Amino acid sequence: MIDLLRDLFFDYTIRNVALGAAILGVVGGTLGCFAILRRQGLFGDALAHATLPGVCVAFILSGAKTPIVLMSGAALTAGLGALLILTIVHRTRIKQDAALGIVLSVFFGAGAVLITYIGGSGSGNQSGLDRFIFGQAATIVRDDVITMGILASLALLVVVLLFKEFKLLSFDPAFAASLGFPVGRLNVLLTMLIVVAVIIGIQAVGVVLMAAMLIIPAASARQWTDRLGTMITISGLFGALSGVSGALISATGANLPTGPLIVLSATALLVVSLFLGRSQGFLWSWIGSRRNRRNVLSNTDPSIPYRGGVG
Amino acid sequence: MKPNNVQTPSATFPLEVKGITAAYRDKPVLWDVSFQVPEGQLVAIVGPNGAGKTTLLKIIMDLMQPAAGRATVYGRPFSKARQWVGYVPQRGSVDWDFPTNALDVVQMGLYGRLGWFRRPGRKERETAMQCLEKVGMADFADRQISQLSGGQQQRVFLARALAQDARLYLTDEPFAGVDYKTEQAIVALLRELKATGSTVVVVHHDLGTVSDYFDRVVLLNKSLVAEGPVEEAFTPENVAAAYGGGVKYLAGAK
Repeated sequence: MIDLLRDLFFDYTIRNVALGAAILGVVGGTLGCFAILRRQGLFGDALAHATLPGVCVAFILSGAKTPIVLMSGAALTAGLGALLILTIVHRTRIKQDAALGIVLSVFFGAGAVLITYIGGSGSGNQSGLDRFIFGQAATIVRDDVITMGILASLALLVVVLLFKEFKLLSFDPAFAASLGFPVGRLNVLLTMLIVVAVIIGIQAVGVVLMAAMLIIPAASARQWTDRLGTMITISGLFGALSGVSGALISATGANLPTGPLIVLSATALLVVSLFLGRSQGFLWSWIGSRRNRRNVLSNTDPSIPYRGGVG
Repeated sequence: MKPNNVQTPSATFPLEVKGITAAYRDKPVLWDVSFQVPEGQLVAIVGPNGAGKTTLLKIIMDLMQPAAGRATVYGRPFSKARQWVGYVPQRGSVDWDFPTNALDVVQMGLYGRLGWFRRPGRKERETAMQCLEKVGMADFADRQISQLSGGQQQRVFLARALAQDARLYLTDEPFAGVDYKTEQAIVALLRELKATGSTVVVVHHDLGTVSDYFDRVVLLNKSLVAEGPVEEAFTPENVAAAYGGGVKYLAGAK
């Protein structure tokens, strides 16, 4: 344990992986709150899958695996996927869940075809693109961490600046529109921030598991508080904690994959939150309902005129 | 904060609807609807389900584009007049499980005046608290909104509209799913608004209370059936025309 913590600070690889995972956790946790409150939890899933063809096209065009190039490609197709979902929901009678399913499978399908094509085309360093499917956190190097950090700071800055607007948009979009806020554009902006969170995350946890980093920390945080600001803070912390834990457990040498371990760490926090969460957890509601029952049954309030057949 | 109550043009109607026609795809919802709402009146918009009441409200507030016609607020398009308008959406239109409390929801009524980026501060808290007091909900300021009853949630929504400090209030079914006592409290509040010179438009569906609560009525069933002071427009013939006959309660209508 002590060795592990020492490695966290001094081992180059572990430090980068843990830092990258922490950044991913904070951004995913923060934006995930808005996503689940707007019932768009699976938006992140569709957008994560939609990054795959972008990664492939970027590789085909550039012939290199420079992270920034691949991330740009990922952002492009994910952004395209996002706009497509919003357009389908807005312009057709297809509902959101179906639109998400369409975009997710079509884009992922295209990505899978491209990966196979790259694999068969025989270029020397083609292999390794499939690591984006399940993620390979061990490949995160210092430059990646810096890129992730910059993207994360920008996304978090926008959330801090527009906290009030995003809150209103999430709670009551019609009212927001009546006040003159450009609801459509805010909606697109928030969705694009989710795209940023996704491209930060795909290298570490991969397109398949990325949705977990948006949904699970946010759902856990909701168990502890009834205030949006607090929920976002807790969610970001839980995300970071899951990221670092996953990275460290994976570094114990058992040769376990980092991405899935991050998701499992987040899930462990969710289970704890569901039981112990102060706001909505099972334990407290159970204690609360027991107390209420006791109080009600021993009620001597004279303002209640008829109290059953007793007496 | 922009001063709200100055410079409201008094020569024009708080709300004027001119020849509005609207459709969802090929299904017409409103057909050539025109009416005017005079200042300082309590007005009910009444009609059967699917008569286009909520659609009309959406068009008035620029939330939806009509196929033809236009609505003006104090003679201006809504986008230039929104600072004079307070809006109470249907209670069921939001998720009451949202992590926020009553006071916070009321403060949202001040977001428009705060403008971009600025957060509500102490002054906004105080204003919101006063609005909660006006609707008798001050004791519930810190209550998570899902722990409020339906009537209390409705009153929080009204308090949020009060925070908008408007001249024209547009309310969508404020009496839906609230008990008698809350309904009376809401009516008293709407009358108070009227007494201070505000104009209140209510989308309403309880025909039995129209004569008691309102000064004017707009009877709607896709097209305008009748419109005017309740005693003139709210006749059994007009109600039957709007509802296609068979309305039993009619004994109560004048």
